[in-house]
Amino acid sequence: MTDGPLLDVQSLSVAYTTRAGEMAVIPGLSFQLNAGEALGLVGESGCGKSTVALAIVRYLGRAGRITGGRIRFEGRDLTTLDEAGLRAIRGRRIAMVYQDPMASLNPVMTVGRQLMEVPMTHEGVSATSARARALAMLAEVKLADPEAVMERYPHQLSGGQQQRIVIAMALITGPALLIMDEPTTGLDVTVEAAVLDLVRELRSRHRSAILFISHNLGSVVRVCDRVAVMYRGELVEEGPVRGIFTNPRHPYTRGLLDCLPTLGSDKRQAPLVPIAGQVESALARSPGCGFAARCPQVEIGRCTSRPIPSSTVHGEPDHRVACVRADELARWTRRSGTGGAHDADRAREPMVAVRHLTKLYAPRQRLRLRGSRAPVRAVFDVELAAGRGQTLAIVGESGCGKSTIAKVLSGLEVATAGGVSLDGVEVGALAVDARDATLKRKLQMVFQNPDSTLNPSHTVGYAIGRALRRLQGRSASDTGAGVARLLDVVKLSPAMAARTPRQLSGGEKQRAAIARALASDPDVIVADEPVSALDVSVQAAIVNLLTEIQAARGATLVFISHDLAVVRYLADTVAVMYLGTVAELGPVERVFAPPYHPYTEALLSAVPVPDPDHAVARILLEGRVPRADEIPRGCPFATRCPRRIGPICDETPPPVQRFADHRIACHIPGDELQRLQAPLVEPRAVGR
Amino acid sequence: MSTPVAAGTLSASSPAASRVRARRWRRRLSALGESAPATVGIVIVLSWVGLALVAPLIAPYPPNANDMTALANTTPSKAHWLGTDQLGRDLLSRILWGARPVLVIAPLAVLGAAALGSLLGLAAGYYGRWVDLTITRACDIVLSFPVIILYMIILAHFGSSAWNIIGVLTLTKAPIIARIVRGMTLDLREREYVAAAKMRGESALYIMLVEILPNARGPLVVDMCLRTGYNVIIIGALGFLGIGLPPPDPDWGGMVKDTYGLMMVWPHMALFPCAAISSLVVGFNLLAVGLRELGLRD
Repeated sequence: MTDGPLLDVQSLSVAYTTRAGEMAVIPGLSFQLNAGEALGLVGESGCGKSTVALAIVRYLGRAGRITGGRIRFEGRDLTTLDEAGLRAIRGRRIAMVYQDPMASLNPVMTVGRQLMEVPMTHEGVSATSARARALAMLAEVKLADPEAVMERYPHQLSGGQQQRIVIAMALITGPALLIMDEPTTGLDVTVEAAVLDLVRELRSRHRSAILFISHNLGSVVRVCDRVAVMYRGELVEEGPVRGIFTNPRHPYTRGLLDCLPTLGSDKRQAPLVPIAGQVESALARSPGCGFAARCPQVEIGRCTSRPIPSSTVHGEPDHRVACVRADELARWTRRSGTGGAHDADRAREPMVAVRHLTKLYAPRQRLRLRGSRAPVRAVFDVELAAGRGQTLAIVGESGCGKSTIAKVLSGLEVATAGGVSLDGVEVGALAVDARDATLKRKLQMVFQNPDSTLNPSHTVGYAIGRALRRLQGRSASDTGAGVARLLDVVKLSPAMAARTPRQLSGGEKQRAAIARALASDPDVIVADEPVSALDVSVQAAIVNLLTEIQAARGATLVFISHDLAVVRYLADTVAVMYLGTVAELGPVERVFAPPYHPYTEALLSAVPVPDPDHAVARILLEGRVPRADEIPRGCPFATRCPRRIGPICDETPPPVQRFADHRIACHIPGDELQRLQAPLVEPRAVGR
Repeated sequence: MSTPVAAGTLSASSPAASRVRARRWRRRLSALGESAPATVGIVIVLSWVGLALVAPLIAPYPPNANDMTALANTTPSKAHWLGTDQLGRDLLSRILWGARPVLVIAPLAVLGAAALGSLLGLAAGYYGRWVDLTITRACDIVLSFPVIILYMIILAHFGSSAWNIIGVLTLTKAPIIARIVRGMTLDLREREYVAAAKMRGESALYIMLVEILPNARGPLVVDMCLRTGYNVIIIGALGFLGIGLPPPDPDWGGMVKDTYGLMMVWPHMALFPCAAISSLVVGFNLLAVGLRELGLRD
């Protein structure tokens, strides 16, 4: 090996050939990565992060090609290497971990064979020694019982376990560089925390350098030494984690940090500041700063006339920024709360009340050879309420039953037992077809997936207009004005009415879907993960829009999410759910302060926070969430609870302890929990 | 692609909307032009359609006229470019005229099958349970019959006419379309826009026809195109079996049947109609390939 950095990317440019012409996605990018170092590459989607990763291993596909620059890796230039040379490097010296582990693993081969194949192919070792190495690697990625895991097929493992296998496959040859492209994006927050910890630990042991690509600034802080912020294929800022996150100099980096909700503040204390506009196409590139069109500090002329050189930040030799105004901007301060008082009057009669709600799904009828299977319990004995104008957030990991509650509220499913009242009317047993027009008008829903929330065959105007006609009884002739008004409410231009969903960005689709839900002027808006598929900057804008609309109309918002920071930001009342039951329920500031339910505590400690000074003792959950047909008899959380006190947890359902308007379902007394637990949310930002 | 309900939603911006729609169609057509198989397919199919349309004008002889003088030598000549058949009828004229019934019957039968099959598939996929079970089983029963025998039974019973052939092809092809549409419906009915439609109280028929069916159109159009080609083969086969269109009007399959016994002596009599059938089938297949490529790219 030669001296110098392990990976040296010099003015790399990449272009994609599209029907509209040659598109320079990366106009000229340079960065270095030293042996054993971890560099985080962050930015919004479409900024070219993944393209960089693919260019390094020359996997750009038919449409993409490297148009200039060099990529030196271990002294060789990867841009000119032939196929045989690349094969010798890929998988052996450079390994990759992608977002979806199921797509990286072969579904018809056992995990063991796939692991063994790697050293056998790349190093020609014998099956016996490959097996020994596979077993050792599985133990290293902390999979219990490696022998048994070797015999499993990928579909028999959970998402977190699959990603561990992929990481094991990547590291088994001891590569010098590990490229991880959004490795934890699809995972639940507690699983994500465990995988990130694992990466950090393996890093120190294997001395592999890591190129860690993520849109999640919090996870970058946990894993990396240095961070590079990308915008439109260019590096706008680069430096040590501490420098970037405590003293960001580029307006884009500041924008990314400002639009993130944090665990310590809510909408009354520190409103989110979304980045205006959206990432522009790479087809039209101006000579100046790529971010100029969206930058709040832009100075026309200086910023837009010529290329922006990158300069060193004063006092921080490793911290570089590409902004002509970097030295003029005031030092960035973390958005923090001023301690606004709660104005929501909690005594108001509930608009939505869920009482002892249970939803069971009958198993599919199959040939019954060994008796009938028990029904699957999605939601069990849940009690929740939200007053008029309030926001009730339901938070929990996938499979906790939060979406089932949304479906019962909206009538897409009916309750098996218990009830749901909507403004005093019992609707739990009413499917949506059985609800009258008034009830349908009262409650509307915003869905999760921007790509399937609007019908690709219809225009936005048709979707909203149809809702106006069906729910408001508007005639076809006067829907036009109504559509324009609703588009205005969600801050879309009236011209959007003629567009089809394919011509809209994710955020625009979600806005259109919100407009459609508002067509009936609903009293209750049920939003099922409305921002989880969006970029952080867009997410902030949509969250702001929802709170704004809610405040203006006095509507009740039932907000379902897995993201605790978003929930902390906009909720009045929070319900933490685990395996179909409510573990903890209360006003948001109580739920986010001790005493916590042990599950809430674990969730909070797992949230990646983009602040290098935020150090909390992480509580890692062991094992996996029990399947819906193997729910423990006692406390549902007993199998994974780090604060389990004994057999009572396994055998008796936990009592619900009530502290004024705060409820915790746990065997441990509240004052005992209070004594054991430290606050997990940085108190300085709470403002109390 | 505009549904009856979609038309006139936005009276103010509908000229703009129709402009957008026109532009989209132009773009699609030009994209189809970029695909080599699609271009060849379009050229073949459109040539046949054009020839069929102007057959009365360009055919050198009436299709059923016997030229006794030509019987001395039936092979291609200046007077009869493709020669004549065993009754002295001009093959070129007969082939041109023979394109007309095929190009009417094959697409009409496919449209019938698509309409019936889509309704069955939508109902089966959307309602599930016993509706699904009944429709799927009924389709399976139809599909399990050896089709040629089925055609022979039905056409022998009802007599052979263009409408009966369309009816038979509709009934036997609808189950295949139903299966395709059912599979897509199972997926599409879980989309969030369908949930949104339910929440504003739309009828099941509206959801099936306006929310689901338009999104199934891609694979459906490809399959219809492919199936038109297959129908051309089946119409030929029916003619060959003598249960196609009644004589003496020209019918490609019938022309082969009448002359295949003379293959060893005058192969051209059977080969030219065969070539006509296969070129049309190849045309439709290539068009389907092109459409599929277009669908994958979208």
